[in-house]
Amino acid sequence: MTFAPDLLTPVPDGAHPFPHDHLLGIEGLKPWEIGFLLDEAERWSDPGNSRRRSGALAGLTQINAFFENSTRTLVSFEIAGKRLGADVVSMAVAASSVKKGETLLDTALTLNAMHPDVIVIRHEAAGAVALIASKVDCPVLNAGDGAHEHPTQALLDALTIRRRKGRLAGLKIAICGDVLHSRVARSNFHLLATMGAEVRAVAPPTLMPVGVERLGVHPYTDMAAGLADVDVVMMLRLQRERMAGAYLPSEREYFRFYGLTEERLSGAADDVLVMHPGPMNRGVEIATAVADDIQRSAITEQVEMGVAVRMACLEVLTRPARGIEWAGNAWSAQAPAGDRA
Amino acid sequence: MTRPLLIAGAHIVDPATGHDATGDILIRGREIAALGSFDAPDDAARIEGRGLVAAPGLIDSGVFRSDAAACLAGGITRVLLMPDQKPPLDDPALVERAMRIGKPHVWVHPLGAATQGLAGTELAEIGLMKEAGAAGVATGRRGIPDPATMYRLLQYAAGFDLVTVSHCEDASLLGEASATAGETATRLGLPAAPAIAESIAVARDVRLAEAAGARLHIRVVSTAESVDIVRRAKARGTRITCGTTPAHALLNDGEMTGYRTFARLSPPLRSDEDRRAVLAGLADGTIDTVSSAHDPRTQEEKRLPFAAAAPGMAGVETLLPLTLMSLGESGDAMRAVSLLSTTPARLFGLPGGTLAPGAPADIVLFDPNRAWRIDASAFGHPADNTPFDRLPVTGRVAATIKGGEVVFQR
Repeated sequence: MTFAPDLLTPVPDGAHPFPHDHLLGIEGLKPWEIGFLLDEAERWSDPGNSRRRSGALAGLTQINAFFENSTRTLVSFEIAGKRLGADVVSMAVAASSVKKGETLLDTALTLNAMHPDVIVIRHEAAGAVALIASKVDCPVLNAGDGAHEHPTQALLDALTIRRRKGRLAGLKIAICGDVLHSRVARSNFHLLATMGAEVRAVAPPTLMPVGVERLGVHPYTDMAAGLADVDVVMMLRLQRERMAGAYLPSEREYFRFYGLTEERLSGAADDVLVMHPGPMNRGVEIATAVADDIQRSAITEQVEMGVAVRMACLEVLTRPARGIEWAGNAWSAQAPAGDRA
Repeated sequence: MTRPLLIAGAHIVDPATGHDATGDILIRGREIAALGSFDAPDDAARIEGRGLVAAPGLIDSGVFRSDAAACLAGGITRVLLMPDQKPPLDDPALVERAMRIGKPHVWVHPLGAATQGLAGTELAEIGLMKEAGAAGVATGRRGIPDPATMYRLLQYAAGFDLVTVSHCEDASLLGEASATAGETATRLGLPAAPAIAESIAVARDVRLAEAAGARLHIRVVSTAESVDIVRRAKARGTRITCGTTPAHALLNDGEMTGYRTFARLSPPLRSDEDRRAVLAGLADGTIDTVSSAHDPRTQEEKRLPFAAAAPGMAGVETLLPLTLMSLGESGDAMRAVSLLSTTPARLFGLPGGTLAPGAPADIVLFDPNRAWRIDASAFGHPADNTPFDRLPVTGRVAATIKGGEVVFQR
């Protein structure tokens, strides 16, 4: 199914479609702001369309500062920046200045002194990206901070769902696995609840955060009950070190009770969509047969949408720097048409 | 001999003698000579006390630093210094040195480290530290993880009739947590521990102290369960006492929103339900003392991601008004002075805590009705981190007298 524009949340009269300097999290975003980012991402997402490339960010510098190891997200942001024509520099900060004792804020000031036009940051500590954002002069994009938020992952998940289901509102969506330690889960909770989906968290009691229902989420410790009639199942990656903390006894027991199998999916909607932010632990949280089921699995599509969403976020956040302002009812200059640079 | 000093017409609030009426105080030398109504000597220097409360100088029953100027501005004339110093106060010579750091204006009564290096494993020289002047022994910022070590500590300290001051948080449940598990910690994605991390340690230490016949003072209780456990222990007639801080009485974990590291404290801020139980414990007498836990931090220690920031806040200058606020409408100056001076003096066997003739002339004069706004930038030390900055409060110190000398006047 293709996405249906009539189901969008319109921007109210007089409201700015995205009045934020940074994208630090989903929490607090208005439904139409999320919808705006998704619409923008849609423009970059069609594989058959030449609009996947642009010179919109030509001459701008994008720094990817990753304080925590990452391959997939970093590559996705690099490709997104390059497809927009930006000069992209990636640095694995964990391996450099932090080891020399430089404080986080000094690192931020150093980055700022290089006059980037946008900085993408991943950090192992919750709140670290917001702290850096408060000290730099350019837009900051959170690529994951501790167990707090990973907003572009939630946006790409939402875009994937919307393209497959045509909507977000009213869908039953289960997010399953290590919810406690997951920034992906938190960003998705905020986004999906804001957009009117019925959101469920499915996890063993040891991996369920306290007060999760206050985020507008229904908690389930029984996976069959949590998956009943759901339209979408999002699996989370299980970190192997959870066994050491006595959160779980073993991988095989986890797979037996919380692994996504054909059998367990039988209680879900017939057209259930299966998602995973990757990288997958096959046989731990998801059975290979389910992961590779091209009818139901959207896992590779998620990766593809990741680039589109990150292009949209980079492009939108750099609009003020490129002289494109919201004039009350329209943008002051034409948003990039997506011509090949 | 210097001239006698007369504080005239103040509202005298002295829980130890039961004085709660307008009267005069006469100071000769370093001691209080007369209290109430008496014929003042003609040569006495005079301080006008009208409209002010005169109370025994405040005794802060748990600070990590003894900033003298800040203490005096807060009406504090004596502090119990936690052993968490560099190096830890685990040796009689270090205790003796610590006693001298505040003199003459703020007297420091050190709490000796209960274990060597505060490591929680081997006992420090508790008897020798007592001889050197330790007012008690303390486990430090952390509790003692091993129950057998804690039991022996309590038994041993009881042999010297020393109070053991315990930090109650179960180390295993606490783990790497920087917040209390709850909605705010979940939203922020912070490593969090359940509130029972405290009450389990409280229950353990209370039982161990009862078995050892020891005097136990839990420095901070901050949860409903902890208050309840102490309340029951007191009903059984045990020698267990406890304290809290204004932050735990007045703030809940929602203060952490936006990763405000000034709200990073130890123990961490709790749910509002727990906070209200602390207020109830203050109101019904379960909680015996309020300390500032004064532990100001530098920008370098606070301008970090929340979990990496150092716990602690500046507290001595705001201890009195925030304690008055914690007691609420029903709270009177008498109860505040008991929490902030009389009871700490009695628990730790300190001079002061009373205005009875013959007691040291340590006096705070404060205006209980004076409204002002906390302004951290005006604090008398470089570290100005308090989660109470800009808060309007009532009750302000007008003058502080230590050993008969006016050492602070606003």
